[in-house]
Amino acid sequence: MTTDTPDHAAVTAPMVRFERVSKRYGELTVLDGLDLDIAPHEKVAIIGPSGSGKTTVLRMLMTLERIDEGVIWVDGEPLTHRRRGEQLVPADAAHLRRMRGHIGMVFQHFNLFPHMSALRNCMEAPVTVLGLRPDEARERAGELLAMVGLSDKLDHYPSQLSGGQQQRVAIARALAMRPKVMLFDEVTSALDPELCGEVLSVIRSLGAQHQLTMLMVTHQMGFAREFADRVCFFDAGKIAEQGPAQAFFENPQSERTRQFLRAVMEAV
Amino acid sequence: MTPIWDGDYAREILPILAEASLITVQATLMGFALALVLGLLFAAGRLYGPPGLRLAFGAVVEFIRSTPLLIQIFFLYYVMPDFGLTLDALPTGVLALGLHYGAYCAEVYRAGLDNVPKGQWEASIALNLSPWNTFRRIILPQAIPPVVPALGNYLVALFKETPLLSVIAVLELMQTAKILGSESFQYTEPITLVGLFFLAFSLVSAALIQRLERHLNRRPGRQRTP
Repeated sequence: MTTDTPDHAAVTAPMVRFERVSKRYGELTVLDGLDLDIAPHEKVAIIGPSGSGKTTVLRMLMTLERIDEGVIWVDGEPLTHRRRGEQLVPADAAHLRRMRGHIGMVFQHFNLFPHMSALRNCMEAPVTVLGLRPDEARERAGELLAMVGLSDKLDHYPSQLSGGQQQRVAIARALAMRPKVMLFDEVTSALDPELCGEVLSVIRSLGAQHQLTMLMVTHQMGFAREFADRVCFFDAGKIAEQGPAQAFFENPQSERTRQFLRAVMEAV
Repeated sequence: MTPIWDGDYAREILPILAEASLITVQATLMGFALALVLGLLFAAGRLYGPPGLRLAFGAVVEFIRSTPLLIQIFFLYYVMPDFGLTLDALPTGVLALGLHYGAYCAEVYRAGLDNVPKGQWEASIALNLSPWNTFRRIILPQAIPPVVPALGNYLVALFKETPLLSVIAVLELMQTAKILGSESFQYTEPITLVGLFFLAFSLVSAALIQRLERHLNRRPGRQRTP
């Protein structure tokens, strides 16, 4: 045997791997040598105080932020770099565009296209990026909007929808690109409390139906506990503690985690 | 004593001025079309281009905005031939108007483009849209409608500056009126008629721009989401 068999590698390969990833803004180190593996179909909740680097994790994975050190891997391929012979060199635009197709993201402030109806929001990228025929894209968008419970709002513009409805359109829009990894960045933080439920229940049903790998930054501890397979607590640019959701919340190991959870629970 | 207003003479020269007004309108529309294209080019280059291009476009825009249109017209007509660029009077006038107002439109576009929230670019990256498609299909459609009134003002302003083209003998309204005056020694009628013509055309275009603005604001996609 001269090489590892690819089949064997596929069984153990993580869907997402952060390998000694650092991110700095000038003097400020946002992430400090992060190592994190996320298995296929795993649902990981990222929690932590503001400024702990948790949103940066998602933004780096979506290639919205460059990393300063380390490598991010997606589905066994380098995302932030490309292979040149044996070496890894920083990714060029073409490589990023190819790799980004594996990843979808939902934003805190929805970021829907305001000049397009819900349906057109979900059709735009499938048509212009994936090259789907408009009727195919329309069908796919219609199905996804039905899945998020908005089949009666296809022709509504974002300004005619509630925050919860807009966020559900944003979820459908990201899913229309058929990503393997979905990123949720504080998706309920901009919503009135009574609108959070409809968005969370969409995410819940996604978790049940789809073979997606999910990373979510959230302040909803109850949801993280119920939904996530694993919770990562970030503090000062590092993972301070992580573990299976149930165990993490019932029996946090570090004093810092206990402190944080106490503070968050009091706020509820 | 000659009367202050010679109605017969005015009626006689009206068809000649009406014909000349076509040249004025032509210069206006072609000049403004050029200004809209160049302005967008300048603005996009300044905002998204590589550093060298940003600097170069910035310098061009500042230069054009800081020198009088009249001198730019003279320069293009009398100096550019020395550098091998010889154009007829009307194309020269259109080019001068287009460049000059392009520089002003560039600033308007820039404000419009700058006002589109950063999240729109980020969502487009997350959906893997190319930068060009993002600009064309996502950013531009949101950037233009709010600046239509400002662009419209420049259309009217450009129109009112077309008489400057008379200095390089473009046979637009003003030049025609001057010729008529010098032939008949009656300047009151042609100049007054030219003034009235400009007034009428400006009012009509302002009304049209207002209607366009209202139309753009009525569409449901207009209101921004937070």
